[in-house]
Amino acid sequence: MAIIETKDLTYTYPGATTPSIQDVSVTINKGDFVILTGPSGCGKTTLCRTFNGLVPHFYNGTLEGEITVSGLKVADHKIHELARHVGLVFQNPENQLFALSVEKDVAFGLENSAMPRDEMRKRVDWALQMAGISELSERPPHELSGGQQQRVAIASVLSMQPDIMVLDEPTSFLDPVGAEKIFKVINELNKKLGITIILVEHRLDLAAKYANKVIVMNEGTVALTGTPREIFTSEKARLIGVGIPKATKLYQHLKRQGVTLKTVPVTTEETANLLLEMLNHD
Amino acid sequence: MIEVKDLHFSYPTGLEALKGINLTVEDGEFLAIMGQNGAGKTTLVKHFNGLLKPTTGEVLVNGTSTQQISVAKLARNVGFVFQNPDHQLFSESVEDEIVFALKNFGFEGETIKKQVDWALNLLDIEQYRKTSPFMLSGGERKRVALASILAWDPQVIVMDEPTIGQDHQQKEKLQQFIIQLNAQKKTVVVVTHDVEFVAECNPHVILMSQGKILVSGKAEKVLTNPQLVAQASIVPPQITQIFLRLADLGLPTDVIDVHEATKILLEHLRRRK
Ligand SMILES: Nc1ncnc2c1ncn2[C@@H]1O[C@H](COP(=O)(O)OP(=O)(O)OP(=O)(O)O)[C@@H](O)[C@H]1O
Ligand SMILES: Nc1ncnc2c1ncn2[C@@H]1O[C@H](COP(=O)(O)OP(=O)(O)OP(=O)(O)O)[C@@H](O)[C@H]1O
Ligand SMILES: [Mg+2]
Ligand SMILES: [Mg+2]
Repeated sequence: MAIIETKDLTYTYPGATTPSIQDVSVTINKGDFVILTGPSGCGKTTLCRTFNGLVPHFYNGTLEGEITVSGLKVADHKIHELARHVGLVFQNPENQLFALSVEKDVAFGLENSAMPRDEMRKRVDWALQMAGISELSERPPHELSGGQQQRVAIASVLSMQPDIMVLDEPTSFLDPVGAEKIFKVINELNKKLGITIILVEHRLDLAAKYANKVIVMNEGTVALTGTPREIFTSEKARLIGVGIPKATKLYQHLKRQGVTLKTVPVTTEETANLLLEMLNHD
Repeated sequence: MIEVKDLHFSYPTGLEALKGINLTVEDGEFLAIMGQNGAGKTTLVKHFNGLLKPTTGEVLVNGTSTQQISVAKLARNVGFVFQNPDHQLFSESVEDEIVFALKNFGFEGETIKKQVDWALNLLDIEQYRKTSPFMLSGGERKRVALASILAWDPQVIVMDEPTIGQDHQQKEKLQQFIIQLNAQKKTVVVVTHDVEFVAECNPHVILMSQGKILVSGKAEKVLTNPQLVAQASIVPPQITQIFLRLADLGLPTDVIDVHEATKILLEHLRRRK
């Protein structure tokens, strides 16, 4: 069942001469784990902003075409109504933090819900723990390191457990262990609670194993959609500049030298297993 | 040359972010500083151009203590690209942003024009010359921040997370450029979480944890040591992860590069035949 559907969606920022997204038609189903990728400036963030109504309600400009999110026509519903269904982790975490303490920032969205106090407490503690920042709960967000701030931004959306989570490069400031942890957490929310995930990423190697769909944008349009494996082996994706994981690159290099593994691996585990199988076999 | 001697630093809140750092960055060195969120990386590199001053200990740039020289003077030699471009950008247009520093450092007329064109082209932001930096995408803003520093060609370039928001092609370009800078004997310091980027550049690496330096060494030695890497909340490069799984076959585990990996595997297959 479609939870987000856009049809010929075109948007131009105020004062801009060309649209930042053009004729975008995508369908995202309930329970999908989607990676949205494409070159810097291709329109990923702009598209994400249409999902929770920041475009057009906050940014103004001209929106043409159609977009429906959780059955609501974005053009007809205010940001706060859409926020009940969609949580967005901003690309720049600092723009999302405003409270005087980490805990207040993470609790903010829940304060406006009808949730009982003790349940809210549990939810906030859980979100802080998942983001690895329990010990920072009393600290002012503007006195934290970049990665610590990004963890707060993530926790403040995790705590809401919205139907749709849109995460715009949510691990760009995170240390690699922290990034892996966050991907695992959102994968669990996706698989156990059926929360729909839309993840903007340049590096596909870490999250690819969790995603069922990749959307590649280029110059404001959707250039390609497919499974991670289809995208990693697609010549068109390569030409657009989608980065291929090293695990897949090693496969390609070996193939060029006449050594072909049985299938095309997309993760290090798969590559290692294929190599072990081959080397133990001969 | 940058010398850091028993550097301790506490923020006004009392939090001690650096707990005794000793480090020398030689002229012409390419250094990557890595480690967990909150380890103190940004705090450390902000000492290199005097944005922060030691609570105790000292930082010497070309022999002079950063306590004795103004940030403005230091900046001519040590360019600093902020982790978050919003902390750096303030001009009305991308071009103005780049021109500002050049004028400040006494560049004139034709030279300014030449440097601006060069930097815009290098970072693929030529088409945004007249655009406000605040109307750009995240990755584009980071490239403006990089351009505005690289344009004046400082001797030491400190970049806090240069690859954030950059796609594969931009990263590759940046990597090529850094290697070229290094060949020109410029000193390059990057703070980064991007393990694959570091694996491809193979610089000298420092791992930090909780205000201290854990280890210092060549990327291929440091990043292939699973225990050390885990202590710094890093994961080994993908190629290393694969080779760690193959260790029982007698293959080396200190491999970070895909070309080298291919060579080793082909050689192994040949020998077994
Ligand atoms: N507030 C704005 N006003 C006008 N133009 C904008 C604004 N924000 C972005 N743009 C432009 O719209 C285009 C798409 O930007 P967007 O932020 O959606 O890209 P992106 O794919 O998220 O890029 P990145 O990977 O660098 O974050 C870019 O050309 C950008 O310059
Ligand atoms: N303005 C500030 N006031 C008080 N404490 C701060 C401030 N900025 C950072 N800190 C604290 O100092 C420590 C080191 O922060 P720093 O920004 O140097 O970390 P980092 O290694 O750069 O982390 P990241 O990878 O997340 O960018 C952290 O514990 C952080 O919370
Ligand atoms: Mg973006
Ligand atoms: Mg930092």
